[in-house]
Amino acid sequence: MNKLVKNFADLKSLVQKPTRDGFGDGLVIAATENANIVGLCADLTESTRMLAFKEKFPDRFVQMGVHEQLLAALGAGMALAGKIPFITSYAMFCPGRAWEQVRTNICLNNVNVKIIGSHAGVSVGPDGATHQAIEDIAIMRPIPHVTIVVPCDAVEAKKATMAIAEMEGPCYLRLGREKTPVFTTEKTPFEIGKAEIFREGKDAAIIACGSLVYNALQAADELKKEKIDVMVINSHTIKPLDEKTILKAAKTCGAIVTVEEHQITGGLGGAVAEYLAKTHPTPIEFIGVQNRFGESGEPKELIEHFGMGVESIKKAVKKVVKRK
Amino acid sequence: MSHIHDAEIKKLELKANTIRKDIIKMLLEAGSGHSAGPLGMADVFTALYFHILHHDPKKPDWPERDRLILSNGHICPVRYAAMAHAGYFPHKELMTLRKFGTRLQGHPEREKLPGVETTSGPLGAGLAQAAGLAYAARMDNKKWHTYCCTSDGEHEAGLHWEAALFAGKNKLHNLTCIVDRNNIQIDGYTEDIMPLEPLKEKYLAFNWHVIEIDGHDIRAIIEATNQAKTIFEKPTVIIAHTIPGRGVDFMEGDFKWHGMTPNREQAKIALHELRTLGGKIRSEHE
Repeated sequence: MNKLVKNFADLKSLVQKPTRDGFGDGLVIAATENANIVGLCADLTESTRMLAFKEKFPDRFVQMGVHEQLLAALGAGMALAGKIPFITSYAMFCPGRAWEQVRTNICLNNVNVKIIGSHAGVSVGPDGATHQAIEDIAIMRPIPHVTIVVPCDAVEAKKATMAIAEMEGPCYLRLGREKTPVFTTEKTPFEIGKAEIFREGKDAAIIACGSLVYNALQAADELKKEKIDVMVINSHTIKPLDEKTILKAAKTCGAIVTVEEHQITGGLGGAVAEYLAKTHPTPIEFIGVQNRFGESGEPKELIEHFGMGVESIKKAVKKVVKRK
Repeated sequence: MSHIHDAEIKKLELKANTIRKDIIKMLLEAGSGHSAGPLGMADVFTALYFHILHHDPKKPDWPERDRLILSNGHICPVRYAAMAHAGYFPHKELMTLRKFGTRLQGHPEREKLPGVETTSGPLGAGLAQAAGLAYAARMDNKKWHTYCCTSDGEHEAGLHWEAALFAGKNKLHNLTCIVDRNNIQIDGYTEDIMPLEPLKEKYLAFNWHVIEIDGHDIRAIIEATNQAKTIFEKPTVIIAHTIPGRGVDFMEGDFKWHGMTPNREQAKIALHELRTLGGKIRSEHE
C-alpha cells in the first residue's frame, strides 16, 4: 500500500489526469535525453499528446496525415536508419488499421519502433464504437518480438514512455483519453515485465491493467468490510507477462479475477488464463467487455454499463471465491 | 552523363545473363516461387549491384551504403543471385532458396540475411519504408541514396500511394523508386485486373520527377539513376518497361509464369536459350 499516494482511497482528493498526458510528458523527457527519438503522428498531434514534443523538437516531428499504414511502415523505415520512432494515432487505427504493417514491417523486421495507441477502451466516450479500441491487445499479443504495456495512471504512463524509449525493439503502449485518478507516485516501482502487488490479500487476487486498477483497489477496499481479503496486482506489462508474480498470486489466493478495459478474449485475462491453465489451474472470472461493441455515452456510465465498475468487480470476486 | 564504356555495358549484360541462368537453376531446385519477375528485373538488379549502388558486400552494415529496398519481395531470387555474384555470400548457397533452415527465405527477411535491408513480401509497403530511410538520411545530412524496387501490380495497394504522397510533399530527392512495369500480376494483365494507366501522369500529379526507360537497356538504367541524382526538388520514379520472363522465350509476356517455376525439361530449354543468348551464339555446353 505504501507504493501508492497516501490519500489513494479518497477518490475526491485525487488528481485526475489521462494516461495520454503522462505519455506526452514522458516523451519530451526521453527525447531530451536521446536525440535519436523522432515523433510521427497521423493527424492527431494534440489529442495523442505529441504536441509538446512537436513544439520542443519541430525538426524531429513528422506529420503523416491520415495515413496509419504509412505511419507504421515509414516508422519502420526510419528505425532501419537508426532512429527511434514513436508513432502515434488512436489505438483503433494504429495498431488497428495498420495491423499488417505493424506485424510485418515493425515486428517481423524487429525494428525499434514504439507504437502509441491512444483512446483505447470504451472510456473514449461520446465518439462511440467506431473509435473505441477494445480488441487492440488481442491483435498485438500473438505477435512475436513485441512488448505490450498498459499503464494504470498518468504517472506510470510517463515512466512507461521513458522505459520503452530505453529498451531495444518494438513496443506497444496503450493509452486512454479520459481523465482518471492518479494514485501512483514517482517512487512507485515500475519495471517492464514486472507486475506490482499494490495490495496484499489471500482470498482472491485481482490482476488488472490500465486505469481500472483503481476500480480494483476500490473493490478490494469495500470487500475488506465484508471480510474478503483481496490481493490487487497491477499487471501493466501484458507481454511479457510477469508469470512469477501471477503464479504466486494463484497459489496464495486460489482464485483470480482479471480486470481490463478490453474484450475479455485475447487480452490480459486471456494471457493469465493461458498461463495458469498449464501451470496451476485456478478459477478465474473475467472483467471486461463481453463480446460486444461499445457505444456513445459518458466514460463513467460506459464503464458501468459494460460491467467494469466497482460493483461488477466485487460481484466477480465473490463469485470466484465461491468456485474455490 | 553517358560516361560508361560499351565494354562495361557488355560486361554487365553478360552478368545479367549469368544471373538469369542462376535464377532458373534456383527455381528448379526450389520447386516453387516466381519466375517472370526475377527474370524481368535481372538487368535492373545487375545495373544496381554492379554499377549504381555504393556498397561493400564484405561490410553489409556499412553505415554509408546506399539502401536498396525490394518492395515486391517475391522477386527475391534476382536479388539473391545478384548478391551472391557481388560477394555477399557463397554462390552455392543460392541452391538453398526456400528450403528449411535457409537464409534465402521465400520472401526476404532482414534478420536472416545480412544485406537484405528489410523484410518484404506483403505488397505496397516498400516505398513507405524507403521514404522513412530517405527522410531519416536527410535529417542527418547523410549522403547515401535510397532506392526502392516495386512491381506495377503493387501499385494497387493504397499504402504505396500514401508513401508517394508523403515523398512528394517532403521533396525526398534522395529517394529513387524503380517500377517494374511488366504489365502482369498473378491473376492476369494489370490493365485487366485494375488499370494503372496513365501511370506517368499519376506520379507527376503526386509531385514526382518521372523517367521512362526500357528496363532491359542497362545503359538507360544507369543514366536514369544518374539523372535522378541531379533532381533536387523531387523524388524520382523510373518506370522501367520490362518483359516478364525476359530471356526465356516461352515465359516472356505470359502472366501464367508470374507465380510458377519451370520443371526439369522447361529449365533445360530455358538454360539453353540463355546460354546461347536466344540462339545468337553457340553454347560451349552443347
